[in-house]
Amino acid sequence: MIYAEEIKISIFAATKHEQKCPMRIISSLESVGEYALLLKRVLTLPDRFSQFLKEFLKGVYALGVNSIWIVVIISFFIGAVIVLQIAVNIDSPMLPRFTVGMVSREIILLEFSSTIMCLILSGKVGSNIASELGSMRITEQVDALEIMGVNSANYLILPKIAAFVAFMPVLVIFSMFMGLFGGYFICLVLGTPSVETYVYGIQAFFTESFVWYSILKSMLFGFIISSVAAFFGYTASGGALEVGEASTRSVVINSILILATDLVFTQLAMG
Amino acid sequence: MIEVRNLVKEFDGTMVLKNIDATFQKGVVNIIIGKSGSGKTVMLKCLVGLTVPTSGEILYDGRNLITMRSREVRRLRRDIGMLFQGAALFDSRSVLENVMFPLEMFSRKNRRERRRRAEFCLERVDMLDAANLLPSEISGGMKKRAAIARAIVLNPKYLFCDEPNSGLDPKTSQVIDELISDITSDFNITTVVVSHDMNSVINIGDNVIFLNEGIKEWEGSKSQVMDADNEKLNDFVFASDLFRKIKVAEDIISEDEKG
Repeated sequence: MIYAEEIKISIFAATKHEQKCPMRIISSLESVGEYALLLKRVLTLPDRFSQFLKEFLKGVYALGVNSIWIVVIISFFIGAVIVLQIAVNIDSPMLPRFTVGMVSREIILLEFSSTIMCLILSGKVGSNIASELGSMRITEQVDALEIMGVNSANYLILPKIAAFVAFMPVLVIFSMFMGLFGGYFICLVLGTPSVETYVYGIQAFFTESFVWYSILKSMLFGFIISSVAAFFGYTASGGALEVGEASTRSVVINSILILATDLVFTQLAMG
Repeated sequence: MIEVRNLVKEFDGTMVLKNIDATFQKGVVNIIIGKSGSGKTVMLKCLVGLTVPTSGEILYDGRNLITMRSREVRRLRRDIGMLFQGAALFDSRSVLENVMFPLEMFSRKNRRERRRRAEFCLERVDMLDAANLLPSEISGGMKKRAAIARAIVLNPKYLFCDEPNSGLDPKTSQVIDELISDITSDFNITTVVVSHDMNSVINIGDNVIFLNEGIKEWEGSKSQVMDADNEKLNDFVFASDLFRKIKVAEDIISEDEKG
């Protein structure tokens, strides 16, 4: 009897699960469609260019300039740790010591300063955008813009996307510099490899296009971070709890999208 | 003038508005009243185009909002001012900047003229002293007054107010009501107010529409509300102890006069 009850429960649970899965897929596809429709409204000419410029500059300060400190701190320490790890783990007479600097440079330039830094920024900038727009939505400020005849999506979102994408190269260059400087610092403190060997390593077999590749990639990630976060914030409904949920969801989805895009972009550019 | 014909709104198969017909005249305050969940706010959102109705017509001086293209809707909205329940002032802008915002977006005036017009509107609502304060630094009543100033800054033809007195004390509510009434007659605009505040109805309700479960149950003026021969309206109006007592007192006085 108990066994029959268990089967009943498991069948019920399975049916429920089956019902949920297609619904989830449909809802995800709907979200993709809504995101595309929102982008269509965002990517139009601004009503007033002077207003766009004002909001753009505000965005540069809030999303870009305010992110420099976190980029500087994280890049410095991660750069130092990368050099330390490589120095400890690649300790072979077969490999010259300047390899430490060379490998660290490739890691910092190709992946850390673009992908990992964008993952971190998706938390800071993404949640900032999602919570700001979500709060505006639930306090009817977005409706107020619509009632005035303003294209609210364009007015609120476009300057943020443009500002973040435009400032991204600055953040990446800061990150590259601080990451390499972190490595320099650790060589200075520990002396292995020597500073001269490290500096020689970071210059050896340098490919300039890697810097451009990294900047381009980070600008693409910047677009993903700002537009996805704006989508979740702009479409938030309910109260403070839902705004928090929208913010969290934007960070999670952004992280997944950044990693997936990185894989595709790397294959296309390097493969 | 705004005309509503056979307005229907459904949410997931549930009819929230059932074949509403109404006319909102120019230069008078039109108030939509009803219990919570009666469809007042949905009707207001349909009127301004924030919610798309399932069927029906909404005519702004003969132009149907529902069949308009999005560009035409945006142009029409420049003739609309709206006071939201929570005022909906932009947090990052001062009171003056909030009032100047519609001018910055749509007027060809220079900065000095824009400022002068915004200050005139703020003076009209007695808010000039708070012009440089942020919305977080002013009271609920002041926010509502600033929002009214922003709503009228572009000389709208239509003014919509969603629960203008919610969260305000009776004295401030009266100030807001009088402001809405004065602006309506001074600028000769079509005003639609959604409220469940009977004091507002008695103070400024030139034309009153009573909604009950999505149906227009009754329509009349503020002087007819107290004596209406509609059970559902009477239930709503005399749910307030004060209005019940006023009604009893009025009945006694009229019986005395007859006697």
